[in-house]
Amino acid sequence: MAFAAPLLCAETVSKTYKTPDHIGRLVLDRLDFTLEEGEIVGILGQSGSGKSTFLRILAGLVPPSEGRVSYRGAPVLAPVHGVAMVFQSFALFPWLTVLGNVELGLEAIGVAGGERRRRAVEAIDLIGLDGFESAYPKELSGGMRQRVGFARALVVNPDILLLDEPFSALDVLTAETLRNDLLDLWRERRIPTKGIVFVSHNIEEAVEVAERILIFDSDPGRIRAEIPVPLTRPRSPESAPFRHIVDQVYTLLTTGRGGRRGAKAEAIGIGYRLPDAGVQRLSGLIDTLLEAPYQGRADLPQLAESENLSVDALFPLIDTLQLLGFAHVSAGDIELTARGRDYADADILARKEIFADSVLKQVPLAAHIRRVLDERPGHRAPSARFLRELEDHLSEEEARRVLDTVIGWGRHAEIFAYDYDSEVLSLENF
Amino acid sequence: MEERWGLPIRAWPKRWRPNRWDLLALPLVFGFLALVLWGGMKMGAHYELWHPLPLSLSPSHLPGYALRTVLRMAAALLLSLGFSLFYATLAAKSRQAEKLLIPLLDILQSVPILGFLSITVTGFIALFPGRLLGVECAAIFAIFTSQAWNMTFSLYQSLRTVPAELVEAARMFHLSPWRRFWRLEVPHAIPSLVWNTMMSVSGGWFFVVASEAITVSGHQILLPGIGSYIALAIARRDLEAIAEAVLVMLVVILLYDQLLFRPLIAWSARFQPEPPEEAGALRPWFLLVLQRSRFFDLLQTGILALNRKLDAAIPRSRRQKEERLASGRKGGLERLLDIALVFAAAAAALSIILFIAKGVSADEIGRVFLYGLFTTLRVFVLIAVASLVWVPIGVAIGLRPRLADKAQPVVQFLAAFPANLFFPAAVAAILEFHLNPQIWLSPLMILGTQWYILFNVIAGTAAVPLELRLAARNLGVRGFLWWRRIILPAIFPAYVTGAVTAAGGSWNASIVAEIVSWGHTTISASGLGAYIARATAVGDPPRIALGITVLCLYVLAFNRLLWRRLYDLAAERLRLD
Repeated sequence: MAFAAPLLCAETVSKTYKTPDHIGRLVLDRLDFTLEEGEIVGILGQSGSGKSTFLRILAGLVPPSEGRVSYRGAPVLAPVHGVAMVFQSFALFPWLTVLGNVELGLEAIGVAGGERRRRAVEAIDLIGLDGFESAYPKELSGGMRQRVGFARALVVNPDILLLDEPFSALDVLTAETLRNDLLDLWRERRIPTKGIVFVSHNIEEAVEVAERILIFDSDPGRIRAEIPVPLTRPRSPESAPFRHIVDQVYTLLTTGRGGRRGAKAEAIGIGYRLPDAGVQRLSGLIDTLLEAPYQGRADLPQLAESENLSVDALFPLIDTLQLLGFAHVSAGDIELTARGRDYADADILARKEIFADSVLKQVPLAAHIRRVLDERPGHRAPSARFLRELEDHLSEEEARRVLDTVIGWGRHAEIFAYDYDSEVLSLENF
Repeated sequence: MEERWGLPIRAWPKRWRPNRWDLLALPLVFGFLALVLWGGMKMGAHYELWHPLPLSLSPSHLPGYALRTVLRMAAALLLSLGFSLFYATLAAKSRQAEKLLIPLLDILQSVPILGFLSITVTGFIALFPGRLLGVECAAIFAIFTSQAWNMTFSLYQSLRTVPAELVEAARMFHLSPWRRFWRLEVPHAIPSLVWNTMMSVSGGWFFVVASEAITVSGHQILLPGIGSYIALAIARRDLEAIAEAVLVMLVVILLYDQLLFRPLIAWSARFQPEPPEEAGALRPWFLLVLQRSRFFDLLQTGILALNRKLDAAIPRSRRQKEERLASGRKGGLERLLDIALVFAAAAAALSIILFIAKGVSADEIGRVFLYGLFTTLRVFVLIAVASLVWVPIGVAIGLRPRLADKAQPVVQFLAAFPANLFFPAAVAAILEFHLNPQIWLSPLMILGTQWYILFNVIAGTAAVPLELRLAARNLGVRGFLWWRRIILPAIFPAYVTGAVTAAGGSWNASIVAEIVSWGHTTISASGLGAYIARATAVGDPPRIALGITVLCLYVLAFNRLLWRRLYDLAAERLRLD
């Protein structure tokens, strides 16, 4: 019978996106996932881990290339009744009032006028928006808008709520209030929802909300680890067991990956997805690490909190520091290497030299660009040439971003120059 | 709390009771309906081909004529709207259709509308023998072609740029494709559609006036309206009648503005994700009447209910099929269709070439290209002159916010006013002072379109962040340096938009501006516009085709080689956000 089937189930789900030259690019690699009744599951991972894509596959919005998703045993081929979603950018219809937005889902499934109105008003009251029924989304603050997003999802009485970074567009205080309100509704069983899957980039948030956390690997996305969170509610972020789990997640997020983050970066290719890190922030982080209270070594959760850096902002920086051999990460701690300390102690010009040396040695793409420019008679090459090479490995958008990153590093290191207008890389001026 | 034009939360029976706003709304509505009926009956009247229609210069006839002109405009507008909805949706939803429809639209956009008229009118007359409707249709079609492409492009762009998360939300909440179209895609498109419609109508007045006096194979057909009234006044050299017509036109445009576009623009603000800057601005009075009267409330509820019924009437199974098809489908058939498309395009091009070659010598074809060069030269010199005049003035106005607020509607109004009404005055002046028509006819081409430059420069200047201007002042940037480094780059994107519109309009206007009459005197300048106008007057299809094709080629070439590049440059480099 139906009760034997899990609420939501994904079996060996893979997703491949087509690249311009028809070589598929794998973003999700054979994922298995089960959501049981009464569970809240959090998904954490860096950008490029395909966590949002995975959520959309669960929702039936994106078809998987391989594998299958089932909801209570029935295959999910398109969005199914019983699964509702809350979006990062709220996705409210600006031309509909709060009431209109909440009613829309009911209207679409043919709930009649009076009943529709009653249920919508109920959902609006439940989420704490009474009095704002006739307001337009643009009149509301971000937190209120997301409340509308929740009311709209809850009004259809979904079995499953899928949340795509629902709090990430909100400020810290607002996010916390809304999160707590949602957890209260869930704990007191005031909503009929039986399971929640949420994508987050905030580790503390995930530990606070989830019963189970999935950590996604990048390139391609896979489940690297699964961490149970056996803490009773309400959970206190200051308690030792809570901190322990947070540390555990940090460690997994920064060290897993088959040693790729070791101090010695092993052979990465030209098409390596360079982390999105600007030079200013890199040197800022190195300076911070060297100073008190860290003195060259820091606990990552603590660093993130005191420097007010989200995971999305911190991890690319840490990745880059490791890639360039400036720092070393193990067990949730980051420590400057000798080279990193040299860099921190140097003056501006010496810093540039150390940086240039590291980039040429550790970043194959930068070395490759420099080699091509050296070999060409005019020492000039259009950036499109390298963009095409990158597109063999990365999506168009990612290729553009990676090239921009390496151009930023190369310009700072004075390895090569770039002219924005003509989009040409060159060795001019040196 | 005030009532909004959304889904009112009000008890049912009370809503049937009319309120005081209905006192205003109902007479307006029924008066409007009566006028439409009256005009419609006139349009369907009996008509003997080539018999001149009774037309009188008596001012008492003017309101009636004005009404018929307005109705032509309204008919064309409705037609354009329907066409846009159909064409843009097809292009946005089907990749195959898109490949054909979008390039086609690009070409249609650059076809000189007035050159068309004489070809289409014969077809329409044949369609409704013995009725005036044929000629009316030809005129409406001409206005339609001046409006539809621009609106369609805007709608297509909007349909392609619906935010991904909104589409996902619509799918998650199981909106059917029909409902998704009306509840998501169309509302998303409304702000830019309304804006483009207003721009289209502004341009449309020019063509209304021009299309009411149609010359077919040497015969002139005058459709009762303001345009034909003026044409008659010109033929009779009646300055007083011209002045009266200009006055009536002024009133007509003012009414259109007050009753249609002010309310529409204010209303369309609710479809924007963020409130526009002048959110606190007063709502136009007519929008208030519409929003507060019970009559429109009921009408709206009725339309929404009807839409729901329609949605329910589409069987579920078919909907799901569409959904699944959309999710992923490719085939070898696509390539075959692509090849067929290329062949069809080549065949069409060849048949045009053959048709022209049959009636026109190679020598003349060369000369027409040379005429094209003359007209091009005129357009660009005029754009340059207009820019020299209007950019400083526009900047000066734009820097003063209160003045800019007052100036904007005035300039919009000037852009809407059909400049061809003033042509006779120019001819009279040229004759009076014995001026060289090669030079002095040219300004007519830009008379109506120069306002787009002014309009956009004002808007562009007003949008320059105050901090940027303060920073410039703080650095002591002044005089020529200020123009070169600060304000000109800052307004460049807006200026390009204005210049493109102005140039496009001037190309089109060349057909009526390069050859102008006053009474029995006709003066002309050599150029492509005059060539097309002459070929049209004598009814010479190969020459008309040649003229239109060459003009089309010039416009396309300049769009590709110049304007699009400037656009890209503006979008890429000089954006202010």
